[in-house]
Amino acid sequence: MSNQDFPLIFERSKPGRTGFSLPELDVPEVELENELDGIYIRKEEPELPELSELELMRHYTGLSNRNYGVDSGFYPLGSCTMKYNPKINEDIARLDGFSHIHPYQDPKTVQGAMEMMFELQEALKEITGMYEISLQSAAGAHGEWTALMMIRRFHEANGDYNRTKVIVPDSAHGTNPASAAVAGFDAVTVKSNENGLVDLEDLKRVVGDDTAALMLTNPNTLGLFEKEILEMADIVHEAGGKLYYDGANLNAIMGYARPGDMGFDAVHLNLHKTFTGPHGGGGPGSGPVGVAKELEPFLPKPVLTKKDDQYIFDDNRPQSIGRIKPYYGNFAINLRAYSYIRTMGAEGLKKVSEYAVLNANYMMRRLETAYDLPYEQHCKHEFVLSGRKQKKLGVRTLDIAKRLLDFGYHPPTIYFPLNVEEAMMVEPTETESKETLDGFIDTMLGIAKEAEEDPEIVQEAPHNTIVKRMDETTAARKPILRYYPQS
Amino acid sequence: MEFRYLPMTDTDKKEMLDTIGVKTTEELFSDIPEKVRLQEDMSLKKPANEYQLKKELTEMANKNVNLKEYTSYLGAGVYDHYIPSVVDHVISRSEFYTAYTPYQPEISQGELQAIFEFQTMISELTGMPIANSSMYDGGTSLAEAVNLSAAQTKRKKILISKTVHPESREVVETYAKGQNLEIVEIDQMDGSTNLMELEEKLDEYTASVVIQYPNFFGQIEPLEEINKLIKQQKKTMFIVSSNPLALGYLTPPGHFEADIVVGDTQVFGIPAQFGGPHCGYFATTKKLMRKVPGRLVGQTVDENGVRGFVLTLQAREQHIRREKATSNICSNQALNALASSVAMSSIGKQGLKKMALLNMQKARYAKQKLEEKNIQVVYNGPFFNEMVVNLTQSVKEVNDKLLEKRIVGGYNLEKDYPELAHHMLIAVTEIRTKEEIDTFVKELGDIIHV
Repeated sequence: MSNQDFPLIFERSKPGRTGFSLPELDVPEVELENELDGIYIRKEEPELPELSELELMRHYTGLSNRNYGVDSGFYPLGSCTMKYNPKINEDIARLDGFSHIHPYQDPKTVQGAMEMMFELQEALKEITGMYEISLQSAAGAHGEWTALMMIRRFHEANGDYNRTKVIVPDSAHGTNPASAAVAGFDAVTVKSNENGLVDLEDLKRVVGDDTAALMLTNPNTLGLFEKEILEMADIVHEAGGKLYYDGANLNAIMGYARPGDMGFDAVHLNLHKTFTGPHGGGGPGSGPVGVAKELEPFLPKPVLTKKDDQYIFDDNRPQSIGRIKPYYGNFAINLRAYSYIRTMGAEGLKKVSEYAVLNANYMMRRLETAYDLPYEQHCKHEFVLSGRKQKKLGVRTLDIAKRLLDFGYHPPTIYFPLNVEEAMMVEPTETESKETLDGFIDTMLGIAKEAEEDPEIVQEAPHNTIVKRMDETTAARKPILRYYPQS
Repeated sequence: MEFRYLPMTDTDKKEMLDTIGVKTTEELFSDIPEKVRLQEDMSLKKPANEYQLKKELTEMANKNVNLKEYTSYLGAGVYDHYIPSVVDHVISRSEFYTAYTPYQPEISQGELQAIFEFQTMISELTGMPIANSSMYDGGTSLAEAVNLSAAQTKRKKILISKTVHPESREVVETYAKGQNLEIVEIDQMDGSTNLMELEEKLDEYTASVVIQYPNFFGQIEPLEEINKLIKQQKKTMFIVSSNPLALGYLTPPGHFEADIVVGDTQVFGIPAQFGGPHCGYFATTKKLMRKVPGRLVGQTVDENGVRGFVLTLQAREQHIRREKATSNICSNQALNALASSVAMSSIGKQGLKKMALLNMQKARYAKQKLEEKNIQVVYNGPFFNEMVVNLTQSVKEVNDKLLEKRIVGGYNLEKDYPELAHHMLIAVTEIRTKEEIDTFVKELGDIIHV
């Protein structure tokens, strides 16, 4: 990789080249100008690039070389569950019988696809302990909003129009309060206590007859299990609210505990985290929603069911919140998740959680020798360190993250959760070997030493990447959001 | 049993437990209260080995009628276009598909630049100055556009044409409930938006008018006239949902002063895959730049002055602004945006116009042949690659018979438009040959003229 400007695809373009072979015009040509008012005929063609196929491949291969994925190296990005993406899943998703089927085909011609969806729903019901699953939502945040809309409809169906508030912990993902707002609720914050768990006293203070729901991740974003979950469920349920489970951290507890058994009324899952859907540089994901029996009538349309050995999409759902996405969710991502669940089975999924938690605790114990650990107890699948010790030496968490790049690692999630100063959130996942973990730990310990002995080398990092730290301030102040040809 | 994705050995496990200072992994789960501990094993099918798995899922796939083996005339928002081989080769590079959101620009320049290029291509196609990095799909992108128009104008009334995709309208309606918006539908007349009704219902409470171009029936809506109507109301915004392939030939919505243009890039390099994942796009004006939902990539320089790209204007987004964010979207469709970028680059500037024209020519040939067979094509306005025919009998029964001839017939309009019983929406793309079209028309004629 060189340190040169890499051309934009538009800068490689030359009129007269093409990378595509169009079918012949094998029908008699008709005059279109007679049909259309000239005002609707495009005068200037859009400036798409013109390249031969090889030039196109060189461009995108070059770009891929300037990118880093799980297959490139360790990616301990907390809260994101960057586990290995199995290759067989990719092959299966590309089978013609799955990839080249149209959502409006007659259901009798897509029974195989519907069978897969149904079997996935059944598996997810078992894994979560929920009464019913909908595969409609496209991503985690979409699932959050979907479930909140269902909770809203549930309260309204009870004639209860005053439940305007959704409670979220101060350590929650940003999507939680944002989804609450999109669903028309006000977000209210509940504080964490000194052990990093939800403060029950504060919960009692904020809960009331205006509470629609409490949104919770368990284990929470600090990687800690909310031990008092049943007490919290009681508090919220007694006030007439619903309990919502953000499934971002399900990788920690499969086969050990289920949100349905903890008193949760609704959950969303991130199939692109726990169930190996590839992150794709930011998506597509899939965020199925699971619900308790009481919320089932409100599921988004359509609901996939099985009747007399036939799979059907049921649109006749009078209490449904309606449609949340055209067609049937991110089918091809759901397919990958199903392929993974079939590979692992119950035994394998439990091992996944066991090893995810073992890996995280091992890293935490080795790293706490050099970095501040704000919460002492065993963690689940991830943990949060604080860089406050290093900050006193003038080395910020951002610097540590950038220094990791020099050694070929993707850094942990930084400055999240918000309730830990100089946070570094580490999630190794179960697919990483001890050698990989040790390599990363040794590097982190080395950086801590550099922070004491030679802070500049950390502060000025990265040194080995193709570009150095970017000027983000100018990017935001004078945004350049597209390319314009230089004349 | 051993699992190929799990590298843990007994030795590793022992060493790690020793370091932690516990005897078993069970101890690490001791904070889960007994009452919520799962007492038995989950009941799931036994793990399948790779061979078995491939066989099982291939059998499932083979139960489906697929569009590679059947000739399809289904469109209605999802289209069967040729996907160049390069697309899958690029998106199968694992540096792209196994990466997270590019939060660390130094090691994510590839993805960031690819998105920047995608934003540019969408901006070019739509004639809008700004486009974001992608949305889930055309339907949710439209719903976000509607929400944004309400927030921007501080108005609650939305006018949406019934010629907008029925499922997209339903999605808009669901999103609107969250914000207590009033959705008012404008009926169709001769397959296009009824402009008189639009004029009547448009008032000073209208946040936005939503039009699809080409519309659900394939008709090309008169955006010029619609824009003139909308401009009678000062603040009312103009939202257009558009098939981006059609914009290779049609004047882009940006030219008609659209405020937001949305749609789906499935037509470029993304297989139908039973409806998802596809890829929504969202394009808008400079004025709305800081209100755009989702991620935006911007160009900047590094500390040595080397050009590079970063996620920017993040103060709009949920991870910074939380409940005050412009949207809750986090994951988007980055890999599919990449697929569409590759397809658009492969097709190129000249190719795009040719491809759009091929669709239009083949659709017109089909229309002519249908009419020769006395099958009525009902709307006579200008259209892109879809048309509505009146079969004068049950569409479902006709489709059942076509299926026997290995043809997937068109979309049954009765479900969404009761007044269009017996009407079928037919899509003809560039991959349909003259011979296939001839066969289709013949079979269709034979079925309905017995």
